[in-house]
Amino acid sequence: MPNVDEDTTQEPLRVSILRHGGHLVASIHTALDDGQLVRFRRELLEQIGRYRARGVIIDVAALDVIDSFACHTLRGLAQVARLRGAETVIVGIEPGVAFAMARLGTTLHQVLTALDLDAALELLDRADVPPGVDDTNR
Amino acid sequence: MNQAVGEIEEGEDVATRQTVADGSEWPADQAELLPELVAHLQKNRSELRQEWTNRITDAHLLGAMTPHEVFSEVTSVYDNYVAVLETGSVVELRDYARDLSERIIPRGVETHEVVGIVLLLRDVLARSLFEKYHDDFDLLTRVLDAYEPAANRIANTVAVSFVEERERVIREQADALRELSTPVLQVRERLLILPIIGVLDNARAHQLTDQLLRAIRKHRARVVVIDITGVADVDEPVANHLVQTVDASRLMGAGVIITGLSSEIAQTLVTIGVDLDKMNTVGDLQGGIEEAERLLGFKVVRTDDAER
Repeated sequence: MPNVDEDTTQEPLRVSILRHGGHLVASIHTALDDGQLVRFRRELLEQIGRYRARGVIIDVAALDVIDSFACHTLRGLAQVARLRGAETVIVGIEPGVAFAMARLGTTLHQVLTALDLDAALELLDRADVPPGVDDTNR
Repeated sequence: MNQAVGEIEEGEDVATRQTVADGSEWPADQAELLPELVAHLQKNRSELRQEWTNRITDAHLLGAMTPHEVFSEVTSVYDNYVAVLETGSVVELRDYARDLSERIIPRGVETHEVVGIVLLLRDVLARSLFEKYHDDFDLLTRVLDAYEPAANRIANTVAVSFVEERERVIREQADALRELSTPVLQVRERLLILPIIGVLDNARAHQLTDQLLRAIRKHRARVVVIDITGVADVDEPVANHLVQTVDASRLMGAGVIITGLSSEIAQTLVTIGVDLDKMNTVGDLQGGIEEAERLLGFKVVRTDDAER
């Protein structure tokens, strides 16, 4: 995986991170380049600590392409978040994007995925889901 | 279609053919004789029609239809036939032929039967012209010169209309089959089943994935049961495709349970080295649905007799 420098410009990040109950909801508004993805990861992880979030939902519906770097970043983010006590759910992967990822083998492995925000909240609120295990695929 | 008719007709120059193809008028030399011909055919309508019906019966054509039906269609075809000779326009005949085809194709009437009866009518009418004009060979030749191209064109029109209608029916059926071949059905809230029956080739596998992923979003599915009991065997690319479909579904938040794997398909999956941890398989469809219900928190309970 290439070592990507973080985007250090002062431009606002095109991602909104909102609090919802004990969870953080991050919506990506537009395609992010690699530097912006790294910056997004840092900001999100920082907020997880600050707000003691139990769950993180990342909405990627606006992304037409989820390449290997994005996949790797999201996976890493989910692992770090889990170490800090928050479960991550990726939502809003479009059918075409999902199949392209499956074909290229850039899947999210252990990261939970859900169709939309509702499904993700439901997933996070179900106490019996052990972290990191998608119970539909044991 | 007019072009196709024109190509098959012989013995006419191109200019004449174009006039005819426009559909409104016959060439001038034929125009004199055709009214006489039409009058003859109208006068002898009953006998000629009866003669034609008899020949159809003798040739064992249209066996799928009752004699009554044959008679009523024969009457319509005969009148349309004479109308074409009279007006020179095949438009109405074509519409009628399409309509007739639409009605008789589901009854199993074959192309050779339709062509056969039209050719029989041509022969019956030609025979009656021979009888009428056999004293005057010169006139007979001219009458036949006028009659034959028109008759051939009519035969062509009917045959082409029939075949076109048949092709349309076949196309419709093919479309319907494609649609129906991979139904994605909701059995419970958030639970879809996808029974696959028949040969699973690459094209169908792609269509299946497409439909499944759309259905997952539409029904907000959490679990999908793909039942492949009806699939005898798959090749490697299709097996890989199935695995990718499972991955893609999971990315959209739906878990996949595969049921009814035949031993051949299981062997293929093992041979191509599928990561079996990723595959959730259950023996049969019933087991798959039960497992899916368990995952979704449904519990099916048999009621007491009194409650039934």
